[in-house]
Amino acid sequence: MIDARSLTRDFVVSRSQTVHAVRGISLRIEPGELVALLGPNGAGKTTTMRMLTTLIAPTSGTATVAGHDVVREPGKVRRHIGYVGQGNGAGHTQRARDELRTQGAIYGLDRRAARRRADDLLDGLDLADLADRKVSALSGGQRRRLDVAMGLVHAPSLLFLDEPSTGLDPQNRANLWEHILRMRAEAAMTVVLTTHYLDEADSMAERVVIVDHGEIIADDSAAALKAKLAGDRIVVTVAGDDARPLARLVDRLPGARDLVCAGSRVEAHVADGPAALPELLRAAIEADVRVGTAQAHQPTLDDVFLTLTGRSLREAEQETPTAQDSPQDSQTRKDVP
Amino acid sequence: MTTIGATAPSPTPVAARTRTGPLGLLRDVGIVLTRELRPLRHDPFSVVFGMVQPLVFLGLFGPLLVGSLGGQAGTAFGAGGVWQWFVPAILVMTALFGTSATGANLLFEFQTGAHERMLVTPLSRPSLLVGRALKEMVPLAGQAVIIVLVMIPFGFRLYPVGALLGLALLAVFGVGLGALSYSLAIAVRKQDWMFWVVQQTLIFPLMLLSGMLLPLETGPGWMRVASQVNPLAYLVDAERALFAGEIGSMTVLWGWVAALVTAAVGLTVGVRAMARSAD
Repeated sequence: MIDARSLTRDFVVSRSQTVHAVRGISLRIEPGELVALLGPNGAGKTTTMRMLTTLIAPTSGTATVAGHDVVREPGKVRRHIGYVGQGNGAGHTQRARDELRTQGAIYGLDRRAARRRADDLLDGLDLADLADRKVSALSGGQRRRLDVAMGLVHAPSLLFLDEPSTGLDPQNRANLWEHILRMRAEAAMTVVLTTHYLDEADSMAERVVIVDHGEIIADDSAAALKAKLAGDRIVVTVAGDDARPLARLVDRLPGARDLVCAGSRVEAHVADGPAALPELLRAAIEADVRVGTAQAHQPTLDDVFLTLTGRSLREAEQETPTAQDSPQDSQTRKDVP
Repeated sequence: MTTIGATAPSPTPVAARTRTGPLGLLRDVGIVLTRELRPLRHDPFSVVFGMVQPLVFLGLFGPLLVGSLGGQAGTAFGAGGVWQWFVPAILVMTALFGTSATGANLLFEFQTGAHERMLVTPLSRPSLLVGRALKEMVPLAGQAVIIVLVMIPFGFRLYPVGALLGLALLAVFGVGLGALSYSLAIAVRKQDWMFWVVQQTLIFPLMLLSGMLLPLETGPGWMRVASQVNPLAYLVDAERALFAGEIGSMTVLWGWVAALVTAAVGLTVGVRAMARSAD
């Protein structure tokens, strides 16, 4: 569905300064996949997506999307892809239903088919009661659902979502995702999204591509990334002030590594945190070591990012010079300086 | 709940969109034009908002003209009196203020994301500009008709054929100026406040150097020279001639040249700008 090879994109900010937003991204996405591009603001996610959707041309490299080259045949790519950008696709002075019909006409539906398709989508995305409302009068969540509806008018086989749930409250996010996943299941759609929400990438995507400084630094399922790159961690303390006897027990746990013993505290990576704790406690009782506290931490994608880059995703957001750091402002082009 | 996938005419829309070339372009222009006209159709009253400035000049400047210069009717103002001289100029002013501001609509769609949405569709890039520019004719014609109808009771004499040709001339000019306004919007999209700075800086000199408000014959020589390179001056003269029932004179011809050149330049510049508007 997507075959990108060594894509790069530079932005010339001034005569002396060029920003290398994307520095060589190669990515293959098969039909039916649900892939999240995850990374801090300014990592190059949106720039990559804008190249794949023909909005901007790559500085170098090639990409085939839905069977067509993005530079040589942008028109054909556009015909086959759906796209929901960071902003609102519907014009604020337009009415919801009209915008859907216009999209239908653009993709070649006749008047009647466009009307029927608009009505189906309005029903499907719970917008039927708002069909004749002006877009400016819709709430953020309603507008976002309309954006998704507009991206689906021509039933594309490939849908791009650029930060689909930025600025939505948790309830609206969940609601939006429910719709997206249902549409995907019904139409066997390939979905590619960018996000800087860890939990969104973790829970929704079947494959997570982590992007940092314009490059892909990891690419796998969330579970595999976490197991491979972060792993479960346990933190235990002893009642006294010498944790060394406990550390010896921890060291015998399956998959134990990176053990740190400091004062009364022992910290280590293990293969399976929740299973390791009871085993450790049993061993501690047998060895007459008194355990004070015990915790098992299961890794998040943030731990994965930390392992890969040495900084957490949140720190990365703050250091980015171009980051606007306002998730509410969905109109900010986050990857373009 | 409806099952979207089942009812989705999945391969149909893609297959149906096969027309390319001039016919495809025409179709795309039609789609963009229809979309642009929708807010106007839902809210026809909005036509009036675009003509506040001309109405102010008509209501507050017109009477002053009549009072202070009315006695000269038959000399500088021609045979029809001050209104016959001033109303056609007000129509051009409507075009000037209304269509030069229309780029702000596009700027707004840049900010919200609606323009980006259009750019990822298969619509041809030129149609995004041409459809928008053509739309300018509709509110402009509506505004012109309102002004003419309002002024008839005040003694404005209507020559129907000339007036219709005058509206057509105005529409052509409006398409050109609208296209230039969109071009400006595209050029300043990353510093959008620049749009109004440039627009305001340009329209007032253009207006004063067109002889719209006061006859340039009474001004110094350099102003008359400057007005010779102002397309608006030719347009104002042509509109005055047309609304006086004079259809085939050289003045009218020069008005058409000015309007057509404005339209050609505007559309060329605009289409080029539109092609780069995604960057």
